[in-house]
Amino acid sequence: MKKELRLMKGNEAIAEAAIRAGCDGYFGYPITPQSEVLEYLMAEKPHERTGMVVLQAESEVASINMVYGGAACGKKVMTSSSSPGISLMQEGLSYIAGAELPCLVVNVVRGGPGLGTIQPSQSDYFQAVKGGGHGDYKLIVLAPSSVQEMYDFVGLAFELAFKYRNPAMILSDGAIGQMMEKVELDDPRPRWTDEEIVRISPWATTGKPAGRERNIITSLELDPAKQEKLNLKLQEKYRKLEKEEQRFEKFFCDDAEYAFMAFGTSSRICLKAIQLARAKGIRVGMLRPITLYPFPVDAVKEMAGKVRGILVVEMNAGQMIEDVRMIVEGKVKVEHYGRFGGIIPSPEEVELALEQIIIGG
Amino acid sequence: METGTVNSDIIREENLVYRKSRVLTDNIMHYCPGCGHGTTHRIIAEVIEELDIQEEVIGIAPVGCSVLAYNYLDIDMQEAAHGRAPALATAIKRLMPSKYVFTYQGDGDLAAIGTSETIHSANRGENITIVFINNGIYGMTGGQMAPTTLEGMKSSTSPYGREVSLMGHPLKITDLVARLPGSYFVTRQAVHTPANVRKTKKAIRTAFELQREKKGMTFVEVLSNCNSGWKMTPVQANKWMVENMFPFFPLGDIKVNGELVSK
Ligand SMILES: Cc1ncc(C[n+]2csc(CCOP(=O)(O)OP(=O)(O)O)c2C)c(N)n1
Repeated sequence: MKKELRLMKGNEAIAEAAIRAGCDGYFGYPITPQSEVLEYLMAEKPHERTGMVVLQAESEVASINMVYGGAACGKKVMTSSSSPGISLMQEGLSYIAGAELPCLVVNVVRGGPGLGTIQPSQSDYFQAVKGGGHGDYKLIVLAPSSVQEMYDFVGLAFELAFKYRNPAMILSDGAIGQMMEKVELDDPRPRWTDEEIVRISPWATTGKPAGRERNIITSLELDPAKQEKLNLKLQEKYRKLEKEEQRFEKFFCDDAEYAFMAFGTSSRICLKAIQLARAKGIRVGMLRPITLYPFPVDAVKEMAGKVRGILVVEMNAGQMIEDVRMIVEGKVKVEHYGRFGGIIPSPEEVELALEQIIIGG
Repeated sequence: METGTVNSDIIREENLVYRKSRVLTDNIMHYCPGCGHGTTHRIIAEVIEELDIQEEVIGIAPVGCSVLAYNYLDIDMQEAAHGRAPALATAIKRLMPSKYVFTYQGDGDLAAIGTSETIHSANRGENITIVFINNGIYGMTGGQMAPTTLEGMKSSTSPYGREVSLMGHPLKITDLVARLPGSYFVTRQAVHTPANVRKTKKAIRTAFELQREKKGMTFVEVLSNCNSGWKMTPVQANKWMVENMFPFFPLGDIKVNGELVSK
């Protein structure tokens, strides 16, 4: 059957994907460059299409706590925001991770720090992959590099979030959020019924029927021995995620002498830079992480054994490079090329950086 | 007669004057003797039992002395971050409109860090019940000044008494909530005497019943002593509450059927 095609903005693709993924509730607060998510949802009247609840909250603090409440009921719930708003959500995200609740948070990153700029950036990498809020926890982090992936990763994020009872984040940026591309839409999946929710998430607070113990959603445990056990259980889950869910994509790696590592928008720039370099006879490839957490450790290790140098290209001052260096352990040269403050590097400057920093340096 | 024989003799159905609600668990409460939290928990349990809604109710505990409320109420419960209970309740009620959803919050939780969530959920007319324990102090963290701490009242962060010029005025948040178009039933009660307990129970019951009518937020403030935080005996604390809290926070209905009660 022919799939439905549509020209969409990345932010609109997130919203349409949510409706089609059977999402039960979206709670959000406007911020550039992602306000189209809420605008699109409000215009689409998803309460008529699928019964999905959409609410403009009074703040990102309220949004994430609405997500907490909904997630604790076993519902598929989400929010989206951009950098300053995501900072405000960190306490709530920590509670959600601590209480082991599935949900989706989309960060359409803009440049910082502070109010920064509304232009695209990748400077929230650390915040996304290292936890972000207080305590030892991880988010599942997916990094789309196209509008199609903005769409596809909504469904994937919910799937992983429920599989692992863990919050998932789509770490995008203002460029992917704002640009328009062709998107292949899939058939809508119905929202879960009450019975399905009880079956899929028996821990959810759906009202205590006679004969079952009460369900309690909390992250509190005052006894250190028990709290440590809860932490160890979380760590066990993260090890499982690291073992089973590393996702990545390789480009021109078979004969590569050098490699780029980049995610999201940067990986698109690098693809073009690869063409420029190869036209000059430089055999360069790219490893593009799709899951930023769990990081594709095994693929990085393998690549480090094959190439003579790796250039990590990011729209930040050098964040993912720390993870790459930790994995490579000095076996090959790993350097960084970054632009920030809302600047997207050109393929030409990235290609030049490869020659100067990795090959010539 | 032996004591044991007497006991088994009088423990009979027809002699029963009081039975613990089955919506209360057997866990021993951690509250200080004389504190209003325990009594209010008991009232909520009894109301849930009497309305026969145990299967349909979802409660939200705050961060504060009542953070462990879920240990005592035999219902599905969530534990919110400090101040955010109304945000959780908003989502739960909208996602499951047929359920009864309530938050249980202290004055620091509801009227300081969570002011925004309180005001906006009330203003949106969220069809939830808020039970608000006002003890004029931060009990859990050791007796610091709350937004409701009275002028001149001592706390660990106002050791010489609350000085309004430096620390601001005590906040009558319930009166603010009552003035918002989204609130439908707003009342202030207390639990220091059997008569007041009965009135509070009626208020909480009304608040839950009104959720069925989907008319907006129902809000029950319960004045309570915090004898340990106030550094008094329970008896002294109740007397102090009557003499000092009641004049500033007068008991009674503030809004009924969506209309402000004229005083
Ligand atoms: C974000 C955050 N800030 C501060 C605290 C510390 N804290 C816990 S309870 C509390 C105040 C509780 O007072 P109140 O809401 O009046 O309830 P009570 O304990 O008196 O019943 C504070 C400040 C916290 N847990 N989280």
